[in-house]
Amino acid sequence: MKWIFGDFMSKNTLYDKVWSAHTVGILPTGQTQIFVGRHLMHEVTSPQAFEMLRDRKLSSPNPKLATAVADHVVPTIDRSRPFKDSQAEIMTAELEKNVKEFNLNYFALNSDKQGVCHVTFPEQGIIWPGQLAVCGDSHTCTYGAFGALAFGIGTTQVSHVLATQTMAMEKLKVRRINITGKIGKGVTAKDVALHIIRTLKVNGGVGYAYEFGGEVVDAMSMDERMTLCNLAVEGGARSGYVNPDNTTFNYLKGKPSAPKKDFDRAVNYWASVASASDAEYDDVVEINVSKLEPIITWGVNPEQGITVSEKVPALDSFSGKAKEEALDAFNYMGITGNQSLIGTKVDVVFIGSCTNGRLSDLMQAAEIIKGKKVKVRTLVVAGSAEVKMGAEKLGFDKIFKDAGCEWRLPGCSMCLAMNPDKLIGNQRSASTSNRNFKGRQGSPTGRTHLVSPYTAAATAVEGMFADPRKYL
Amino acid sequence: MAEFVIKENIISSVSGTAIPKPANDQNTDDIIPARFMKEITFANMGKYAYCDERFKDGKEIPMHPFNDKKFRGGSILVAGVNYGCGSSREHAPQALYRYGVRAIIAESFAEIFAGNCASLGIVGVTATAKEIASLIEFINNNPSEKIVVDLVEKKVKYKSIEAPIEILEGRRRAFLNGTWDALTILQQNKEGIKKVKETLPYLRFE
Ligand code: SF4
Repeated sequence: MKWIFGDFMSKNTLYDKVWSAHTVGILPTGQTQIFVGRHLMHEVTSPQAFEMLRDRKLSSPNPKLATAVADHVVPTIDRSRPFKDSQAEIMTAELEKNVKEFNLNYFALNSDKQGVCHVTFPEQGIIWPGQLAVCGDSHTCTYGAFGALAFGIGTTQVSHVLATQTMAMEKLKVRRINITGKIGKGVTAKDVALHIIRTLKVNGGVGYAYEFGGEVVDAMSMDERMTLCNLAVEGGARSGYVNPDNTTFNYLKGKPSAPKKDFDRAVNYWASVASASDAEYDDVVEINVSKLEPIITWGVNPEQGITVSEKVPALDSFSGKAKEEALDAFNYMGITGNQSLIGTKVDVVFIGSCTNGRLSDLMQAAEIIKGKKVKVRTLVVAGSAEVKMGAEKLGFDKIFKDAGCEWRLPGCSMCLAMNPDKLIGNQRSASTSNRNFKGRQGSPTGRTHLVSPYTAAATAVEGMFADPRKYL
Repeated sequence: MAEFVIKENIISSVSGTAIPKPANDQNTDDIIPARFMKEITFANMGKYAYCDERFKDGKEIPMHPFNDKKFRGGSILVAGVNYGCGSSREHAPQALYRYGVRAIIAESFAEIFAGNCASLGIVGVTATAKEIASLIEFINNNPSEKIVVDLVEKKVKYKSIEAPIEILEGRRRAFLNGTWDALTILQQNKEGIKKVKETLPYLRFE
């Protein structure tokens, strides 16, 4: 796929409406200057941006449109300060210093609002339909679940947003993805998302925003929609969204940072930003999920996935460069073509992350693990302090601990292993996170298989990949 | 709006020797593994470029293009499809920049990565699979030959060859006008920013 520029067709979609509401003007470069209504931050991608502002002696004119949290490097066992890992301490302290100096909102480390950015921000009601939201993090697309236009940006752009509340951007095309059919038992939003990626490929979404719709999405909870949108970027789409509806509005009602006095007025506005019934798209795709089964990835990118009944594709089914890449993935992952993953031993199970670290995800895992013992090291990491409290109220912590799982404090943990939670050597993990890239979970030779919380839980119980449906 | 020009920042071409890195879907975790990002400045990132691929058990893998003496000092990276996919980490283009990369020719780029490159002044251009293949072959056979990425003529030039390249027109203009450092131009339209801020209903919901 080439650079996408010009020849836009989409009209009257949520994307078009939100984009034009936030357009400040066209820059001399031909890019659009776009206003940012919600700016989110974490400790890894922000310190250099603050430094750039200091260098230029700039302040932030709209500090209250920004909210920050520390999540990536924070330890998940012992939070006493200073952290044992001095680099993590420096990064967290730097964020604390910056939010104070620039007067931004901050979800403090030991407060009941701390958590993985993409779990805690929506949960606190900061993300609304119709917002243009950015964060120096590619999974910002998660917020599209609310009908916000949300995307990840780089650190230099973080400094642009801090200094001007705007940034330069090119408009994307819009692909409508209709997800149809009836989703089977034990099949989750995660499986649907991985199936979309393997169907449209990891770079199929480059140049596009994905609008997810259809009967399956209509019936999804907000948690499920967040999982779906979270993975949009893994399919190459910088942004993914679901049109806001009553599910969205009901979720936001009463959330700490959602509108209170103006709630009804807000709902009217939110409803008005949804794609019109006569909206036009650059592309429309239908994906039927009636026959879909739980998915496990076998390779080193999220498109390399098979269902529990399928076998890893044979090497000969690839040709040219794809064959080289498949062989490289086989070697790295220690698997072969034609093998089944079911029954393959794993060393670690990780349940958490901004993809699957919400209460409903832990509930699914608990449903399977309850009353059993796990056969391998299993980390269960709540996505936020609120998820953790919710889970403890429902007794999930006890279910997990009784089964032999580790019950951790909220953070990114083993999703990208910028803290002590890491794979060792070429350990094989079943992970509910979103990236199976080489080295992603902290060991340069570690092997990551992406799965749903159900599949992760069944795998933990058997010590090898298992079809979760027999436990449901 | 009149053409806005920042002379010191003008980049009309990049020339230098090249580094071949032809695989598809090279992601930001390949370019810089997350565990090397635990620093609050970008100063050291150049050392970490492709770290996990370049070293095995602490020893340099001499064949890796970022280690191979033939390609040392190269400033133009040549890559495959969907280069820079994965995370939004600016550490990735920063690592390449600090390693010495000033231009990347690929079959295609991941969106966020391409934007991050542009905002650092790394010129990212695309060329067809065929052109990339010939270019890679040329570099492997002539590692010390200079390659020129010419933004004025939209061509990559080497020896007597001139092959077409593509780049977003807005981005090309930004390099040619020296306005790729967007902050300076974003600061111009204060009125426009104020207007959008005042008309967006949700900023006033209580
Ligand atoms: S949980 Fe993983 S993907 Fe999500 S924000 Fe943290 S590191 Fe990124």
